[in-house]
Amino acid sequence: MASVTYEHVYKRFGDVVAVNNLDIKIEDKEFLVFVGPSGCGKTTSLRLLAGLEEITDGQIRIGDRVVNDVPPKDRNIAMVFQSYALYPHMSVYDNMAFGLKLRKTPKAEINKQVKEAADILGIGQLLDRKPKQLSGGQRQRVAVGRAIVRDPAVFLFDEPLSNLDAKLRVQTRAELSKLHQRLGTTFIYVTHDQVEAMTMASRIAVMKDGLLMQIDSPQNLYGHPANVFVGGFIGSPSMNFFDVTLVEQDGKLFVDGGTFKLATPDDRQAAYLPHKGRRVIFGTRPEDIHTAQYAAPGIVPAPMQAEVDVTELMGNEIFLYLLTGKKQFIARVDPRTHARPGEQVDLLVNMDNMHLFDPQTEKTLDAWK
Amino acid sequence: MNTNKANRFLGHLPVHVIIVTLCLLWLLPAFGLLVTSFRPFQDISDTGWWTVLSAPKGTADYDASCAACHGNDGKLITAADLTDPELVGRYPRSLQLMAMLRKEIDGKPHMADLPAPEAQQAADIASYLRRISNIENPPRFTTSNYVDALVGYRGTTTYAKDCAAGAQSLDLKCNASDLLNPRGMSRAFLNTLAVSLPATLLPILFAAFAAYAFSWMHFRGRMALFAVLVGLQIVPLQMTLVPISRIYAQLGLNGTFLGVWLFHTGFGLPYAIYLMRNFLGALPQDLFESVYLDGASHWTAFYRLALPLAMPAIASLAIFQFLWVWNDLLVALVFLGGKNPVLTYQISNMVTSLGGGWHLLTAAAFISMLLPMIVFFGLQRFFVRGLLAGSVKG
Repeated sequence: MASVTYEHVYKRFGDVVAVNNLDIKIEDKEFLVFVGPSGCGKTTSLRLLAGLEEITDGQIRIGDRVVNDVPPKDRNIAMVFQSYALYPHMSVYDNMAFGLKLRKTPKAEINKQVKEAADILGIGQLLDRKPKQLSGGQRQRVAVGRAIVRDPAVFLFDEPLSNLDAKLRVQTRAELSKLHQRLGTTFIYVTHDQVEAMTMASRIAVMKDGLLMQIDSPQNLYGHPANVFVGGFIGSPSMNFFDVTLVEQDGKLFVDGGTFKLATPDDRQAAYLPHKGRRVIFGTRPEDIHTAQYAAPGIVPAPMQAEVDVTELMGNEIFLYLLTGKKQFIARVDPRTHARPGEQVDLLVNMDNMHLFDPQTEKTLDAWK
Repeated sequence: MNTNKANRFLGHLPVHVIIVTLCLLWLLPAFGLLVTSFRPFQDISDTGWWTVLSAPKGTADYDASCAACHGNDGKLITAADLTDPELVGRYPRSLQLMAMLRKEIDGKPHMADLPAPEAQQAADIASYLRRISNIENPPRFTTSNYVDALVGYRGTTTYAKDCAAGAQSLDLKCNASDLLNPRGMSRAFLNTLAVSLPATLLPILFAAFAAYAFSWMHFRGRMALFAVLVGLQIVPLQMTLVPISRIYAQLGLNGTFLGVWLFHTGFGLPYAIYLMRNFLGALPQDLFESVYLDGASHWTAFYRLALPLAMPAIASLAIFQFLWVWNDLLVALVFLGGKNPVLTYQISNMVTSLGGGWHLLTAAAFISMLLPMIVFFGLQRFFVRGLLAGSVKG
């Protein structure tokens, strides 16, 4: 049980900066998820913490101890690999007991720990099997079990679910969350799947090109993305972005996209006023665009019109691929909506959840907190 | 459907024909050697191994010339019982037999109106008679060739006969100690074993260490060193015989097992390292990272993870190196010579200067083939066993 601190950590591979000035404090018992597209440095960050890669610059601390020069085995961490990395020539029991044996734990103690971990994960009946006799899901559990028995201060997960089929992944997600509550240990988890991040994390760190884009709770990350990348990366389908001009009319600020003109909410006027007359990026999520007919009550509606390009019925909702001018965007609308490709539809945009970003820095212009 | 099958059969036919031909090409001589090695030496010089199950030599001539009066079993005329060793013993050679046949018996020609046998036929009949009269009736198959080869018997009959007659040569004691006779194959077998086992194990052991280091330990110049080591494979063995022999002379290693072990180890290492490194390097990196995180040192990772997983590579390497050392004549001849003769050296001494001694040669060949065959069939399953299956999600 320990906190983990990255202090201005850099990792360079030749000319490539894989991790660029990573500076995070991860609290004890936190479930932190690194998320980002492939090559963003999330796995490298994890491997730096595990000691599998050497830090180029900066400091990593586990608890109060600086671990830069501590070998992996002495960092009191356990890691679950994407490939599970089970020892193929050992039984499940030996796989789980191996780390304890190397640490000269008494036999009875090993036996107890392995049995306990196996019970938690429901793999008690598999202890005598070899990894090749197990299914993907079972191997994944054994890999988790091997980490649990070590009773480490920090658990590291490197995309542990990406080799499972979709149904098993959903189930295992919930089990990992439960496991985190039960063990009360710091979990650090790497994934490229934002759904995994949103469902399990207590905090999410979004990375891109070695840079930390934003670190916050899932709710805040979703509701208040710090920049265009986070706004687009979190949420599916992703946020719509429009190049607009911020104009004033009748004492109110509007976002003017040429084919539409939407009023900004009253409580944002003060924040947006300095940017009056500028080109900005306007972001709105698909679920904040409603058809006029089935708009949710209690929103601050801003009307606009668009042409339907494609419709996708998902059952509980419809994805409308819409065109305004040349710009395509997506709306998640009520399934009762009748919209045929080529038709014009009347839309209401919930401007309460709108976002504005600076077109140069791509940082948010929303002032909150 | 049927035309498909027929087409496929025809398509594969050349392959099948080639495979069967190759098998026969190898199996037939080997089988001939095996049969020959179990035949008494008298038969070997008389007839080919493929006649081993046909009627003994002279049967046809006896049937044509003698069977009419003497009967098929030679006992029809009691006064001249051809199975009587005393009677047959009077005509040991074809000349005496032919002279006797020309004589008259009771005033009538011996052979009546039958044509008298030619010299060769008479010789065959004489040997047939010796066989049925039990004067000289060797069995069709005998293990005496193997016994003779094992103890290093070099006489004109067999070891067992000489010992029974007390006529053995000076270097044979006719007891178990003969198995250690320096001229025998059993002693050579032990010598070869003493050469081959360390000369197989040492390079594999060193190569495993080296391969682990080349694969999973990071140090400067790793690839360059590996390239140099692999490049050493091109050094021809013969080129080093003289220099190493001189060094060995200074160190007093000539004629010792240690010298041969070191030589084979040195020449086995480059290929062994190359093969082992490629195998170990292909193991998933996750496995090794996992084992380090589990608290393993390099040494633990080596013998708890790398070695067990490398068993297929070790097995194939062991087979190659063992067979090469086992069958090697050159190195053993140069560095051991006759001091501690090995199998190959001993076999080369089996043939007499006149090209005889086949019976010993064939038996010795099979003695020397025995262990390699056991090794091959014993370790063969390691080639096919996919030890890695299931370690990582594929």
